[in-house]
Amino acid sequence: MANHNAHSGHGGHEGGHGSMKSYVIGFVLSIVLTIIPLVAVMNDMFSKQVTTVLILVMAILQFAVQLLFFMHIRDEKKPRFNLIALIFGLVIMLTIVAGSIWIMTYNAVAT
Amino acid sequence: MWDKIKDFSSEFFVTGDPLILGAQVSIGLTLVAIVFTLTYFKKWRWLWTEWLTSVDHKKIGIMYIIASILMLFRGGVDALLMRVQLAAPELEFLHADHYNAIFTTHGVIMILFMAMPLMFGLFNIVVPLQIGARDVAFPFLNSLSFWMFFFGAMLFNVSFIIGGSPDAGWLAYPPLSELSGSPGVGQDFYIWGIQISGIGSLATGINFVVTILKMRAPGMKLMQMPMFSWSVLSSCVTIMFAFPILTVTLFLLFLDRYLGAHFFTLDGGGNPMMYINLIWMWGHPEVYIVILPAFGIFSEIVATFSKKKLFGYKSMVFALMSISFFSFFTWAHHFFTMGSGANVNAFFAITTMIIAIPTGVKVFNWLFTMYRGKLSFPTPMLWTIAFIPCFVVGGMTGVLLSVAPADFQFHNSYFLIAHFHQVLIGGVVFGYFAGLYYWWPKMFGFRLHEGLGKWAFWFWNIGFYVCFMPQYALGLMGMTRRFNEYDFDMGWQPLNVVSTVGAFLMGLAFIFQVWQIAHSIKFFKKETSGDAWDGRTLEWSIPSPAPMYNFARLPQVTSQDDWWEKKQRRLRGEAELPEVAAAEQAPLEPIHMPRNSGIPFIMSFSWFVAGFGFVWDWKWMIVVGLAGVIISMLARSFSYNTDYYIPVDEVERTEAAARGAH
Repeated sequence: MANHNAHSGHGGHEGGHGSMKSYVIGFVLSIVLTIIPLVAVMNDMFSKQVTTVLILVMAILQFAVQLLFFMHIRDEKKPRFNLIALIFGLVIMLTIVAGSIWIMTYNAVAT
Repeated sequence: MWDKIKDFSSEFFVTGDPLILGAQVSIGLTLVAIVFTLTYFKKWRWLWTEWLTSVDHKKIGIMYIIASILMLFRGGVDALLMRVQLAAPELEFLHADHYNAIFTTHGVIMILFMAMPLMFGLFNIVVPLQIGARDVAFPFLNSLSFWMFFFGAMLFNVSFIIGGSPDAGWLAYPPLSELSGSPGVGQDFYIWGIQISGIGSLATGINFVVTILKMRAPGMKLMQMPMFSWSVLSSCVTIMFAFPILTVTLFLLFLDRYLGAHFFTLDGGGNPMMYINLIWMWGHPEVYIVILPAFGIFSEIVATFSKKKLFGYKSMVFALMSISFFSFFTWAHHFFTMGSGANVNAFFAITTMIIAIPTGVKVFNWLFTMYRGKLSFPTPMLWTIAFIPCFVVGGMTGVLLSVAPADFQFHNSYFLIAHFHQVLIGGVVFGYFAGLYYWWPKMFGFRLHEGLGKWAFWFWNIGFYVCFMPQYALGLMGMTRRFNEYDFDMGWQPLNVVSTVGAFLMGLAFIFQVWQIAHSIKFFKKETSGDAWDGRTLEWSIPSPAPMYNFARLPQVTSQDDWWEKKQRRLRGEAELPEVAAAEQAPLEPIHMPRNSGIPFIMSFSWFVAGFGFVWDWKWMIVVGLAGVIISMLARSFSYNTDYYIPVDEVERTEAAARGAH
């Protein structure tokens, strides 16, 4: 709070805030990525397995769009604490999901 | 009407147990005494403006420590009650239900409401001073964190006299913790108490990561940071990634209990094992969260009282950070016996053994720091010396437990109990005591009586070994945890009696500590130098207790152990380095400070009300509580007058008064 020089305003200097164009592209992309799985599920377009994969792929793309267009992950100055935290978070998340599946495979009570 | 009230209160209040009745009466009397004292001395306004609304990290730290000492008392009494019950076979002191409640609350309180707040208290007091900052990054959030913890802890504690304590173990495994196993409200108090205080812990973790990364004094590189601050960083990174798992897991349990979901039930497609899997993903990092700062404290103390630079600074940083990473990959060692198969068990056994390596690195670093140092042994150093062998033995028994096939024998036996008490008392408690003794003069501006401190130290240490060494043997003799009775023919009584004696020795040690504090306050003698131990880091360069803005001028840092190096330059009569001299002679500027705010207190209290409403399922109370939370958020969003400047002449006056005592 009080460290004036270390405290570089509220985001004002941390890279730009993106242009109108990039926001519009991001917005359109995120809507498209939401509509695709919705349409696929509503109309029973694919088999269950394909639908699941499709939803997962769309979710990952959506995640990337949010980070690139709205969270400005590219514009971060060095040292890239946000990027490091993000990667660590992904590693932990992967561990939680994959680890749980692995551990629980042997403990399934009923399927 | 009268009957209705009687019915309600017999369900609402816990009745029928003389021990609990005694507690209810004493809690009532204490409350009356507090209210009376505050009113008699007209201290309500002082309490509100100086403490409850304070956003000053030093005051918040002191409040954390007071709360944690009270919780240590409660958790300790729980422990003594259990030890009394186990001192003789088939004793009729605590009945099974009461015993279940007591071991549950003992565990939760000691970890979440004693170790965590004591740790946060030390973070708050030390980190900003040590890195040369004037406060934490988000002072308002810091106050909110404290009050969320406080009201969460109070909500949990209230279950003791209202509604009934939780009694499904400190981690509340389903199906016992589900509605089918625990129909009472105790388990709901557990969920909401931990959820509310957990939000506070998460916010503190974020706060200190940002403070350390963004607010170090000019010139202080990450690799010049004091080791305690490094340990706080590693602990807070772990908090940021581990606590959300706890919140989600308990939220799923809440959905099961409150809305009839089936995440962890035995029917409806749920699986209780999933809860155990998820809760330990938080639970294992949690034990590293509390031990890492203790490692940082020992590193500071060893360097200070050996008058040497810490040996192997880089390896220490690497060890701390790798522990916070690896702590996320060992969780399944808590349930080897669940039957996940040889591959899973082998993987987690190996990761558990790997994580012992960085800890071993640290032990050698401390030993080599002492080697050929100019050693002195005041109380902080005594605790450090006692910690090393104790923690090494505790760690070794941990490695024994990590051998998955052998664990099938040790699992849930007193061997395990002795192991984790040895690392938690020998590591965490000894560490935080060492830190309290070390930074006490900085917090309050006077020293604690050394003689009484040494009595407390010896009682704690001897009591610890007398209490827990027999438990290793009892574990190998087949005694399992969480039993309130055992038969005469088991042959467990002699060792249990020894263990109980040890527990009471530690209780005596606690009384010595209270006496020590009271004695030192009575014979108050101001510590005027600000540098009580001839310290090495920035917190010792300012007066004790620190003025509210900490540093009148932000220090210019040029090296690791900056304050020590500066003192050495002065001793050698060298000229000050040009950049440091420039920073010291710069004219004073008005200091930008955050304003106090009552919103954190009110918002956390609203959470308490909402939590209490959820526990009893009183909809109106939930609505009132959550409305309070939302109004507090809005009030904060629209308050613009949140900071102010301390004018230069006030800073000059404060500095002159603080330094004038020299």
